[in-house]
Amino acid sequence: MIVNQETIKTLAAQGKRLDGRGLHDYRQPLVIETGISWTAEGSSRVQIGETIVLAGVKLSLEKPYPDTADQGGIMINVELTPLSSPEYEPGPPGIKAIELARVTDRGIREAKALDLKKLCITPGEKAWFVIIDIITLNDAGNLFDAASLAALAALRSAKFPYVDPKTNVIDYKKKTDVSLPLVKEPIAITISKVNGSLLVDPTVEEEKVAESRLTVALDNKNILSALQKGGEGPLNAEEVGAMVDLAFEKAKTLREVLHKHVP
Amino acid sequence: MTYKSRLDGRKDNDLRPMEAKVGVIPNAEGSAWFKIGNTWAIAAVYGPREIFPRFLANPQKGVLRCYYTMMPFSGSGERIRPGTSRRAQEIAMVMKESLAPLVDLSAFPNSVVDVFVELPQTDAGTRCAAISAAAMALAHAGIPMKDMVSAVAVGRVDDRLVADLDYREEHIGEFNPDSHDAPVADTPIAMLHASKQLTLLQMDGELSKEMLLKLLKLGEEATEKVYQVQVNALKENYSSE
Repeated sequence: MIVNQETIKTLAAQGKRLDGRGLHDYRQPLVIETGISWTAEGSSRVQIGETIVLAGVKLSLEKPYPDTADQGGIMINVELTPLSSPEYEPGPPGIKAIELARVTDRGIREAKALDLKKLCITPGEKAWFVIIDIITLNDAGNLFDAASLAALAALRSAKFPYVDPKTNVIDYKKKTDVSLPLVKEPIAITISKVNGSLLVDPTVEEEKVAESRLTVALDNKNILSALQKGGEGPLNAEEVGAMVDLAFEKAKTLREVLHKHVP
Repeated sequence: MTYKSRLDGRKDNDLRPMEAKVGVIPNAEGSAWFKIGNTWAIAAVYGPREIFPRFLANPQKGVLRCYYTMMPFSGSGERIRPGTSRRAQEIAMVMKESLAPLVDLSAFPNSVVDVFVELPQTDAGTRCAAISAAAMALAHAGIPMKDMVSAVAVGRVDDRLVADLDYREEHIGEFNPDSHDAPVADTPIAMLHASKQLTLLQMDGELSKEMLLKLLKLGEEATEKVYQVQVNALKENYSSE
Protein backbone atom coordinates (compact mmCIF):
# COMPACT_ATOMS: atom_id res chain seq x y z
CA MET A 1 0.00 0.00 0.00
CA ILE A 2 2.78 2.44 0.92
CA VAL A 3 4.58 1.50 -2.30
CA ASN A 4 1.40 2.32 -4.24
CA GLN A 5 0.96 5.63 -2.44
CA GLU A 6 4.40 6.84 -3.48
CA THR A 7 3.87 5.51 -7.00
CA ILE A 8 0.48 7.21 -7.32
CA LYS A 9 2.07 10.54 -6.37
CA THR A 10 5.02 10.16 -8.71
CA LEU A 11 2.80 9.11 -11.59
CA ALA A 12 0.29 11.90 -10.98
CA ALA A 13 3.05 14.49 -11.37
CA GLN A 14 3.79 12.92 -14.78
CA GLY A 15 0.11 12.92 -15.76
CA LYS A 16 -0.22 9.15 -15.33
CA ARG A 17 -2.13 6.77 -13.10
CA LEU A 18 -1.60 3.37 -11.56
CA ASP A 19 -4.41 1.78 -13.60
CA GLY A 20 -3.22 3.32 -16.86
CA ARG A 21 -6.03 5.87 -17.18
CA GLY A 22 -5.52 9.46 -18.15
CA LEU A 23 -5.99 11.95 -15.29
CA HIS A 24 -9.34 13.07 -16.70
CA ASP A 25 -10.78 9.66 -17.60
CA TYR A 26 -13.64 7.97 -15.78
CA ARG A 27 -13.35 4.24 -15.24
CA GLN A 28 -15.29 1.83 -17.40
CA PRO A 29 -17.81 0.34 -17.32
CA LEU A 30 -19.85 3.46 -16.62
CA VAL A 31 -23.37 2.08 -16.46
CA ILE A 32 -26.66 3.46 -15.15
CA GLU A 33 -29.71 1.22 -14.82
CA THR A 34 -33.14 2.08 -13.48
CA GLY A 35 -36.07 0.05 -12.20
CA ILE A 36 -33.91 -2.30 -10.16
CA SER A 37 -36.31 -2.42 -7.20
CA TRP A 38 -40.05 -2.90 -7.73
CA THR A 39 -40.80 -1.78 -4.17
CA ALA A 40 -39.31 1.70 -4.68
CA GLU A 41 -41.15 4.46 -6.52
CA GLY A 42 -37.94 4.98 -8.47
CA SER A 43 -34.63 3.16 -8.33
CA SER A 44 -31.26 2.93 -9.96
CA ARG A 45 -27.96 1.13 -10.03
CA VAL A 46 -24.81 3.02 -10.96
CA GLN A 47 -21.54 1.35 -11.71
CA ILE A 48 -18.31 3.27 -12.27
CA GLY A 49 -15.50 0.77 -12.70
CA GLU A 50 -15.85 -1.46 -9.65
CA THR A 51 -17.79 1.10 -7.63
CA ILE A 52 -21.44 0.08 -7.40
CA VAL A 53 -24.25 1.97 -5.65
CA LEU A 54 -28.01 1.56 -5.58
CA ALA A 55 -30.52 4.34 -5.03
CA GLY A 56 -34.21 4.10 -4.23
CA VAL A 57 -36.87 6.79 -4.02
CA LYS A 58 -39.75 6.45 -1.55
CA LEU A 59 -42.61 8.92 -1.38
CA SER A 60 -44.92 9.67 1.50
CA LEU A 61 -47.65 12.19 2.28
CA GLU A 62 -46.83 14.44 5.22
CA LYS A 63 -47.77 17.73 6.77
CA PRO A 64 -45.53 20.48 5.28
CA TYR A 65 -43.10 22.32 7.54
CA PRO A 66 -44.71 25.47 9.02
CA ASP A 67 -42.19 27.82 7.35
CA THR A 68 -42.73 26.26 3.91
CA ALA A 69 -46.41 25.43 4.17
CA ASP A 70 -46.89 25.36 0.37
CA GLN A 71 -44.06 22.94 -0.36
CA GLY A 72 -43.20 19.27 -0.18
CA GLY A 73 -39.79 18.09 0.88
CA ILE A 74 -36.75 16.09 -0.07
CA MET A 75 -34.21 14.14 1.98
CA ILE A 76 -31.18 12.14 0.94
CA ASN A 77 -29.68 9.42 3.09
CA VAL A 78 -26.54 7.37 2.43
CA GLU A 79 -25.72 3.99 3.90
CA LEU A 80 -22.09 2.93 3.60
CA THR A 81 -22.84 -0.74 4.09
CA PRO A 82 -20.34 -3.14 5.65
CA LEU A 83 -21.19 -5.36 2.68
CA SER A 84 -19.51 -2.86 0.36
CA SER A 85 -16.07 -2.51 1.92
CA PRO A 86 -14.00 -4.06 4.71
CA GLU A 87 -13.57 -0.52 6.05
CA TYR A 88 -17.24 -0.03 6.94
CA GLU A 89 -18.87 -1.39 10.07
CA PRO A 90 -22.49 -2.01 10.98
CA GLY A 91 -24.14 0.74 12.98
CA PRO A 92 -25.39 4.29 12.63
CA PRO A 93 -23.91 6.42 9.81
CA GLY A 94 -20.42 7.72 10.49
CA ILE A 95 -19.11 11.11 9.41
CA LYS A 96 -18.18 9.87 5.92
CA ALA A 97 -21.75 8.75 5.21
CA ILE A 98 -23.16 11.94 6.70
CA GLU A 99 -20.93 14.18 4.57
CA LEU A 100 -21.72 12.18 1.43
CA ALA A 101 -25.46 12.37 2.10
CA ARG A 102 -25.39 16.07 2.87
CA VAL A 103 -23.30 17.04 -0.16
CA THR A 104 -25.50 14.94 -2.46
CA ASP A 105 -28.61 16.45 -0.82
CA ARG A 106 -27.36 20.04 -1.19
CA GLY A 107 -26.48 19.58 -4.85
CA ILE A 108 -30.05 18.60 -5.62
CA ARG A 109 -31.88 20.75 -3.05
CA GLU A 110 -30.07 24.04 -3.71
CA ALA A 111 -30.39 23.67 -7.49
CA LYS A 112 -34.15 23.48 -6.86
CA ALA A 113 -34.02 20.39 -9.03
CA LEU A 114 -37.39 19.27 -7.73
CA ASP A 115 -40.17 21.82 -7.87
CA LEU A 116 -41.19 21.47 -4.22
CA LYS A 117 -44.30 23.61 -4.69
CA LYS A 118 -45.63 21.11 -7.18
CA LEU A 119 -45.26 18.45 -4.47
CA CYS A 120 -47.76 20.27 -2.27
CA ILE A 121 -51.34 19.02 -2.37
CA THR A 122 -53.04 21.11 0.32
CA PRO A 123 -50.95 23.99 1.74
CA GLY A 124 -50.30 23.58 5.44
CA GLU A 125 -51.85 20.13 5.41
CA LYS A 126 -50.53 17.68 2.90
CA ALA A 127 -47.58 17.41 0.56
CA TRP A 128 -45.37 14.75 -0.98
CA PHE A 129 -42.04 14.10 0.71
CA VAL A 130 -39.32 12.46 -1.30
CA ILE A 131 -36.67 10.35 0.39
CA ILE A 132 -33.76 9.02 -1.62
CA ASP A 133 -31.70 6.28 -0.01
CA ILE A 134 -28.33 5.60 -1.52
CA ILE A 135 -26.84 2.22 -0.62
CA THR A 136 -23.28 1.24 -1.47
CA LEU A 137 -22.72 -2.27 -2.82
CA ASN A 138 -19.01 -1.93 -3.57
CA ASP A 139 -16.85 1.05 -2.67
CA ALA A 140 -13.96 1.23 -5.10
CA GLY A 141 -13.73 5.03 -4.87
CA ASN A 142 -15.54 8.17 -6.04
CA LEU A 143 -18.78 7.61 -4.16
CA PHE A 144 -19.63 11.33 -4.44
CA ASP A 145 -20.09 11.18 -8.21
CA ALA A 146 -21.72 7.75 -8.13
CA ALA A 147 -24.19 8.82 -5.41
CA SER A 148 -25.21 11.95 -7.27
CA LEU A 149 -25.73 10.07 -10.54
CA ALA A 150 -27.69 7.33 -8.77
CA ALA A 151 -29.93 9.87 -7.01
CA LEU A 152 -30.67 11.66 -10.29
CA ALA A 153 -31.33 8.45 -12.21
CA ALA A 154 -33.69 7.23 -9.46
CA LEU A 155 -35.52 10.58 -9.47
CA ARG A 156 -35.79 10.54 -13.27
CA SER A 157 -37.35 7.09 -13.21
CA ALA A 158 -39.68 7.65 -10.23
CA LYS A 159 -43.48 7.59 -10.57
CA PHE A 160 -46.02 8.72 -8.00
CA PRO A 161 -47.87 5.87 -6.30
CA TYR A 162 -51.62 5.61 -6.57
CA VAL A 163 -53.63 7.42 -3.88
CA ASP A 164 -57.18 6.31 -3.15
CA PRO A 165 -59.25 9.49 -3.67
CA LYS A 166 -61.77 8.52 -0.98
CA THR A 167 -59.53 7.35 1.84
CA ASN A 168 -56.38 9.29 0.85
CA VAL A 169 -54.38 6.16 1.54
CA ILE A 170 -51.34 5.48 -0.65
CA ASP A 171 -51.36 2.15 -2.47
CA TYR A 172 -47.65 1.58 -2.86
CA LYS A 173 -48.25 -1.48 -5.00
CA LYS A 174 -49.86 0.61 -7.75
CA LYS A 175 -47.85 3.25 -9.56
CA THR A 176 -49.34 6.03 -11.66
CA ASP A 177 -47.55 7.11 -14.85
CA VAL A 178 -46.88 10.58 -13.42
CA SER A 179 -43.21 11.49 -13.03
CA LEU A 180 -41.78 13.74 -10.32
CA PRO A 181 -41.46 17.49 -11.08
CA LEU A 182 -37.74 17.26 -11.85
CA VAL A 183 -36.93 20.59 -13.46
CA LYS A 184 -33.13 20.55 -13.27
CA GLU A 185 -30.48 17.89 -13.21
CA PRO A 186 -27.52 18.89 -11.05
CA ILE A 187 -24.61 16.48 -11.39
CA ALA A 188 -21.79 16.28 -8.88
CA ILE A 189 -18.24 15.99 -10.14
CA THR A 190 -15.37 15.50 -7.74
CA ILE A 191 -11.90 16.69 -8.66
CA SER A 192 -8.99 15.38 -6.61
CA LYS A 193 -5.61 16.99 -6.23
CA VAL A 194 -2.78 14.49 -6.07
CA ASN A 195 0.78 15.77 -5.85
CA GLY A 196 -0.35 19.02 -7.45
CA SER A 197 -2.13 17.34 -10.39
CA LEU A 198 -5.89 17.38 -10.83
CA LEU A 199 -7.66 14.12 -11.57
CA VAL A 200 -11.21 12.76 -11.71
CA ASP A 201 -12.88 9.53 -10.60
CA PRO A 202 -10.31 8.47 -7.99
CA THR A 203 -9.90 4.90 -6.80
CA VAL A 204 -9.87 4.26 -3.02
CA GLU A 205 -6.07 4.28 -3.06
CA GLU A 206 -6.00 7.59 -4.91
CA GLU A 207 -8.51 9.04 -2.45
CA LYS A 208 -6.17 8.14 0.40
CA VAL A 209 -3.22 9.85 -1.27
CA ALA A 210 -5.06 12.98 -2.42
CA GLU A 211 -4.15 16.21 -0.65
CA SER A 212 -7.61 17.61 -1.25
CA ARG A 213 -10.75 17.24 -3.31
CA LEU A 214 -13.48 19.52 -4.50
CA THR A 215 -16.98 18.31 -5.24
CA VAL A 216 -18.86 20.61 -7.61
CA ALA A 217 -22.58 20.16 -8.27
CA LEU A 218 -23.80 21.92 -11.38
CA ASP A 219 -26.80 21.99 -13.70
CA ASN A 220 -26.80 21.86 -17.51
CA LYS A 221 -26.21 25.64 -17.68
CA ASN A 222 -23.09 25.30 -15.53
CA ILE A 223 -24.74 27.02 -12.57
CA LEU A 224 -23.21 25.65 -9.38
CA SER A 225 -25.53 24.42 -6.64
CA ALA A 226 -23.10 22.96 -4.13
CA LEU A 227 -19.40 22.89 -3.38
CA GLN A 228 -17.52 20.83 -0.87
CA LYS A 229 -13.80 20.98 -0.37
CA GLY A 230 -12.43 17.95 1.40
CA GLY A 231 -9.04 16.90 2.67
CA GLU A 232 -6.48 18.78 4.69
CA GLY A 233 -4.56 20.24 1.75
CA PRO A 234 -5.37 23.89 0.99
CA LEU A 235 -6.41 25.14 -2.46
CA ASN A 236 -5.78 28.52 -4.06
CA ALA A 237 -8.28 30.43 -6.21
CA GLU A 238 -6.49 29.51 -9.42
CA GLU A 239 -6.75 25.82 -8.57
CA VAL A 240 -10.42 26.15 -7.69
CA GLY A 241 -11.02 27.78 -11.08
CA ALA A 242 -9.24 24.95 -12.88
CA MET A 243 -11.18 22.37 -10.87
CA VAL A 244 -14.52 23.96 -11.71
CA ASP A 245 -13.55 24.09 -15.42
CA LEU A 246 -12.75 20.40 -15.30
CA ALA A 247 -16.09 19.76 -13.55
CA PHE A 248 -17.89 21.60 -16.39
CA GLU A 249 -16.27 19.33 -18.94
CA LYS A 250 -16.91 16.10 -17.03
CA ALA A 251 -20.50 16.98 -16.09
CA LYS A 252 -21.27 17.24 -19.79
CA THR A 253 -19.98 13.73 -20.36
CA LEU A 254 -21.82 12.25 -17.37
CA ARG A 255 -25.02 14.02 -18.38
CA GLU A 256 -24.80 12.37 -21.80
CA VAL A 257 -24.28 8.98 -20.17
CA LEU A 258 -27.27 9.60 -17.88
CA HIS A 259 -29.55 10.54 -20.77
CA LYS A 260 -28.34 7.63 -22.87
CA HIS A 261 -29.12 5.08 -20.13
CA VAL A 262 -32.19 6.78 -18.65
CA PRO A 263 -34.03 8.43 -21.54
CA MET B 1 -61.34 -25.46 0.12
CA THR B 2 -61.62 -21.87 -1.05
CA TYR B 3 -58.10 -21.52 -2.48
CA LYS B 4 -58.74 -23.44 -5.68
CA SER B 5 -55.62 -22.55 -7.60
CA ARG B 6 -52.59 -20.45 -6.77
CA LEU B 7 -52.92 -16.74 -7.50
CA ASP B 8 -49.97 -16.68 -9.85
CA GLY B 9 -50.88 -19.96 -11.53
CA ARG B 10 -48.04 -22.03 -10.06
CA LYS B 11 -48.40 -25.71 -9.19
CA ASP B 12 -48.27 -26.41 -5.45
CA ASN B 13 -44.66 -27.57 -5.56
CA ASP B 14 -43.47 -24.87 -7.99
CA LEU B 15 -41.10 -22.19 -6.77
CA ARG B 16 -41.06 -18.73 -8.29
CA PRO B 17 -38.43 -18.15 -11.00
CA MET B 18 -34.96 -18.18 -9.44
CA GLU B 19 -31.72 -16.57 -10.49
CA ALA B 20 -28.36 -16.64 -8.77
CA LYS B 21 -24.99 -15.12 -9.38
CA VAL B 22 -21.65 -15.42 -7.64
CA GLY B 23 -18.91 -12.78 -7.37
CA VAL B 24 -21.07 -9.65 -7.37
CA ILE B 25 -19.15 -7.62 -4.75
CA PRO B 26 -15.51 -7.25 -5.85
CA ASN B 27 -14.31 -6.01 -2.41
CA ALA B 28 -15.61 -9.06 -0.56
CA GLU B 29 -13.80 -12.36 -0.08
CA GLY B 30 -16.94 -14.04 -1.34
CA SER B 31 -20.28 -12.77 -2.60
CA ALA B 32 -23.45 -13.85 -4.31
CA TRP B 33 -26.98 -12.80 -4.97
CA PHE B 34 -30.07 -14.95 -5.00
CA LYS B 35 -33.37 -13.89 -6.53
CA ILE B 36 -36.64 -15.73 -6.13
CA GLY B 37 -39.61 -14.00 -7.71
CA ASN B 38 -39.41 -10.38 -6.64
CA THR B 39 -37.29 -11.10 -3.56
CA TRP B 40 -33.62 -10.30 -4.02
CA ALA B 41 -30.87 -10.96 -1.46
CA ILE B 42 -27.26 -9.87 -1.91
CA ALA B 43 -24.65 -11.46 0.36
CA ALA B 44 -21.01 -10.62 1.01
CA VAL B 45 -18.51 -12.51 3.15
CA TYR B 46 -15.52 -10.80 4.77
CA GLY B 47 -12.90 -12.77 6.63
CA PRO B 48 -11.56 -14.71 8.30
CA ARG B 49 -10.35 -11.45 9.81
CA GLU B 50 -9.54 -10.00 13.21
CA ILE B 51 -12.52 -9.80 15.52
CA PHE B 52 -13.55 -6.65 17.36
CA PRO B 53 -14.44 -6.29 20.19
CA ARG B 54 -11.79 -8.79 21.18
CA PHE B 55 -13.70 -10.46 24.01
CA LEU B 56 -15.84 -12.11 21.32
CA ALA B 57 -12.82 -14.09 20.12
CA ASN B 58 -12.88 -17.86 20.51
CA PRO B 59 -9.41 -19.43 20.84
CA GLN B 60 -10.78 -22.79 19.65
CA LYS B 61 -12.26 -21.71 16.33
CA GLY B 62 -13.37 -18.78 14.24
CA VAL B 63 -16.64 -17.01 14.96
CA LEU B 64 -19.41 -16.69 12.37
CA ARG B 65 -21.41 -13.43 12.43
CA CYS B 66 -24.45 -12.60 10.31
CA TYR B 67 -26.22 -9.35 9.50
CA TYR B 68 -29.52 -8.94 7.69
CA THR B 69 -30.68 -5.59 6.32
CA MET B 70 -33.67 -4.66 4.23
CA MET B 71 -32.80 -1.56 2.21
CA PRO B 72 -35.04 1.39 3.17
CA PHE B 73 -36.92 1.19 -0.16
CA SER B 74 -37.23 -2.60 -0.23
CA GLY B 75 -40.58 -2.98 1.54
CA SER B 76 -43.82 -3.09 -0.41
CA GLY B 77 -45.29 -0.30 1.76
CA GLU B 78 -43.75 2.78 3.35
CA ARG B 79 -40.03 3.45 3.58
CA ILE B 80 -38.29 1.39 6.23
CA ARG B 81 -36.25 3.54 8.56
CA PRO B 82 -32.58 2.54 8.51
CA GLY B 83 -31.13 1.01 11.64
CA THR B 84 -31.60 -2.41 13.09
CA SER B 85 -35.01 -3.69 14.14
CA ARG B 86 -36.03 -6.56 16.42
CA ARG B 87 -37.11 -8.46 13.32
CA ALA B 88 -33.76 -7.94 11.56
CA GLN B 89 -31.86 -9.05 14.65
CA GLU B 90 -33.87 -12.21 15.02
CA ILE B 91 -33.44 -13.06 11.35
CA ALA B 92 -29.68 -12.47 11.62
CA MET B 93 -29.64 -14.88 14.56
CA VAL B 94 -31.52 -17.66 12.77
CA MET B 95 -29.34 -17.09 9.69
CA LYS B 96 -26.27 -17.65 11.80
CA GLU B 97 -27.70 -20.81 13.29
CA SER B 98 -28.67 -22.03 9.81
CA LEU B 99 -25.21 -21.47 8.40
CA ALA B 100 -23.02 -22.43 11.37
CA PRO B 101 -23.39 -26.22 10.82
CA LEU B 102 -22.07 -25.77 7.29
CA VAL B 103 -18.73 -24.21 7.98
CA ASP B 104 -15.60 -25.52 9.65
CA LEU B 105 -13.84 -22.56 11.22
CA SER B 106 -11.46 -24.62 13.38
CA ALA B 107 -8.50 -23.44 11.31
CA PHE B 108 -9.23 -19.79 12.16
CA PRO B 109 -9.13 -19.38 15.96
CA ASN B 110 -9.62 -15.87 17.35
CA SER B 111 -10.94 -14.59 14.03
CA VAL B 112 -14.33 -13.83 12.56
CA VAL B 113 -16.15 -14.54 9.32
CA ASP B 114 -18.73 -11.81 8.73
CA VAL B 115 -21.72 -12.42 6.47
CA PHE B 116 -23.67 -9.32 5.38
CA VAL B 117 -26.96 -9.59 3.52
CA GLU B 118 -28.78 -6.63 1.98
CA LEU B 119 -32.13 -6.82 0.22
CA PRO B 120 -32.96 -4.23 -2.47
CA GLN B 121 -36.51 -5.52 -3.03
CA THR B 122 -38.71 -8.04 -1.26
CA ASP B 123 -41.85 -10.08 -1.79
CA ALA B 124 -41.88 -12.60 1.10
CA GLY B 125 -39.30 -15.31 1.70
CA THR B 126 -36.51 -12.89 2.55
CA ARG B 127 -34.82 -14.91 5.30
CA CYS B 128 -34.69 -17.95 3.04
CA ALA B 129 -33.28 -15.97 0.12
CA ALA B 130 -30.76 -14.43 2.55
CA ILE B 131 -29.60 -17.86 3.75
CA SER B 132 -29.39 -19.27 0.21
CA ALA B 133 -27.34 -16.26 -0.94
CA ALA B 134 -25.12 -16.35 2.16
CA ALA B 135 -24.32 -20.06 1.69
CA MET B 136 -23.19 -19.37 -1.86
CA ALA B 137 -21.09 -16.41 -0.73
CA LEU B 138 -19.40 -18.58 1.94
CA ALA B 139 -18.55 -21.17 -0.71
CA HIS B 140 -17.28 -18.44 -3.02
CA ALA B 141 -15.10 -17.07 -0.21
CA GLY B 142 -13.42 -20.46 0.07
CA ILE B 143 -14.49 -20.99 3.67
CA PRO B 144 -14.13 -24.74 4.48
CA MET B 145 -17.62 -26.24 4.23
CA LYS B 146 -19.00 -29.62 5.21
CA ASP B 147 -22.25 -29.42 3.30
CA MET B 148 -24.45 -26.94 1.43
CA VAL B 149 -27.61 -25.36 2.76
CA SER B 150 -30.62 -24.29 0.74
CA ALA B 151 -33.61 -22.42 2.09
CA VAL B 152 -37.15 -21.80 0.96
CA ALA B 153 -40.50 -21.30 2.65
CA VAL B 154 -43.27 -23.85 2.44
CA GLY B 155 -46.66 -23.39 3.92
CA ARG B 156 -50.32 -23.78 3.99
CA VAL B 157 -52.80 -21.47 2.30
CA ASP B 158 -56.26 -22.58 3.30
CA ASP B 159 -56.07 -26.39 2.88
CA ARG B 160 -53.50 -26.26 0.13
CA LEU B 161 -49.87 -27.07 0.94
CA VAL B 162 -47.61 -24.98 -1.23
CA ALA B 163 -43.96 -24.15 -1.75
CA ASP B 164 -42.48 -20.65 -1.75
CA LEU B 165 -45.38 -18.43 -0.66
CA ASP B 166 -45.32 -14.90 -2.03
CA TYR B 167 -46.67 -11.84 -0.24
CA ARG B 168 -50.19 -12.27 -1.62
CA GLU B 169 -50.38 -15.85 -0.41
CA GLU B 170 -49.13 -14.91 3.03
CA HIS B 171 -51.99 -12.37 3.13
CA ILE B 172 -54.50 -14.45 1.21
CA GLY B 173 -57.54 -12.89 2.91
CA GLU B 174 -56.76 -9.54 1.31
CA PHE B 175 -56.11 -10.86 -2.16
CA ASN B 176 -58.57 -13.72 -2.63
CA PRO B 177 -62.05 -12.70 -1.47
CA ASP B 178 -63.16 -16.37 -1.22
CA SER B 179 -60.39 -17.08 1.27
CA HIS B 180 -61.39 -14.30 3.62
CA ASP B 181 -60.88 -16.19 6.89
CA ALA B 182 -58.75 -18.99 5.48
CA PRO B 183 -55.92 -20.19 7.70
CA VAL B 184 -52.37 -19.55 6.51
CA ALA B 185 -49.12 -20.98 7.79
CA ASP B 186 -45.72 -19.83 6.64
CA THR B 187 -42.89 -22.25 7.35
CA PRO B 188 -39.44 -21.13 6.29
CA ILE B 189 -36.95 -23.98 6.28
CA ALA B 190 -33.30 -24.48 5.45
CA MET B 191 -32.02 -27.95 4.71
CA LEU B 192 -28.53 -29.36 4.48
CA HIS B 193 -28.12 -30.97 1.10
CA ALA B 194 -26.16 -34.11 2.02
CA SER B 195 -27.62 -34.96 5.41
CA LYS B 196 -31.17 -33.67 4.77
CA GLN B 197 -31.20 -32.11 8.22
CA LEU B 198 -33.01 -28.89 9.00
CA THR B 199 -30.97 -25.88 10.11
CA LEU B 200 -33.86 -23.42 9.99
CA LEU B 201 -37.39 -24.16 11.01
CA GLN B 202 -39.89 -21.49 11.90
CA MET B 203 -43.62 -21.26 11.49
CA ASP B 204 -46.28 -18.73 12.04
CA GLY B 205 -49.94 -19.36 11.43
CA GLU B 206 -52.18 -22.33 12.01
CA LEU B 207 -50.97 -25.85 11.33
CA SER B 208 -51.62 -29.47 12.34
CA LYS B 209 -48.86 -32.01 12.96
CA GLU B 210 -49.93 -33.99 9.89
CA MET B 211 -49.66 -30.89 7.74
CA LEU B 212 -46.29 -30.03 9.22
CA LEU B 213 -44.87 -33.44 8.33
CA LYS B 214 -46.23 -33.15 4.80
CA LEU B 215 -44.75 -29.67 4.52
CA LEU B 216 -41.34 -30.94 5.55
CA LYS B 217 -41.50 -33.47 2.75
CA LEU B 218 -42.55 -30.76 0.31
CA GLY B 219 -39.72 -28.64 1.70
CA GLU B 220 -37.15 -31.33 0.96
CA GLU B 221 -38.18 -31.28 -2.70
CA ALA B 222 -38.31 -27.47 -2.76
CA THR B 223 -34.90 -26.91 -1.17
CA GLU B 224 -33.41 -29.34 -3.69
CA LYS B 225 -34.57 -26.98 -6.46
CA VAL B 226 -32.87 -24.09 -4.72
CA TYR B 227 -29.73 -26.21 -4.35
CA GLN B 228 -29.57 -26.80 -8.11
CA VAL B 229 -29.68 -23.05 -8.76
CA GLN B 230 -26.98 -22.38 -6.15
CA VAL B 231 -24.65 -25.06 -7.51
CA ASN B 232 -25.14 -23.97 -11.10
CA ALA B 233 -24.25 -20.39 -10.21
CA LEU B 234 -21.11 -21.50 -8.37
CA LYS B 235 -20.07 -23.76 -11.24
CA GLU B 236 -20.70 -20.99 -13.74
CA ASN B 237 -18.48 -18.65 -11.80
CA TYR B 238 -15.56 -21.05 -11.82
CA SER B 239 -15.99 -22.17 -15.40
CA SER B 240 -15.90 -18.57 -16.61
CA GLU B 241 -12.77 -17.65 -14.68
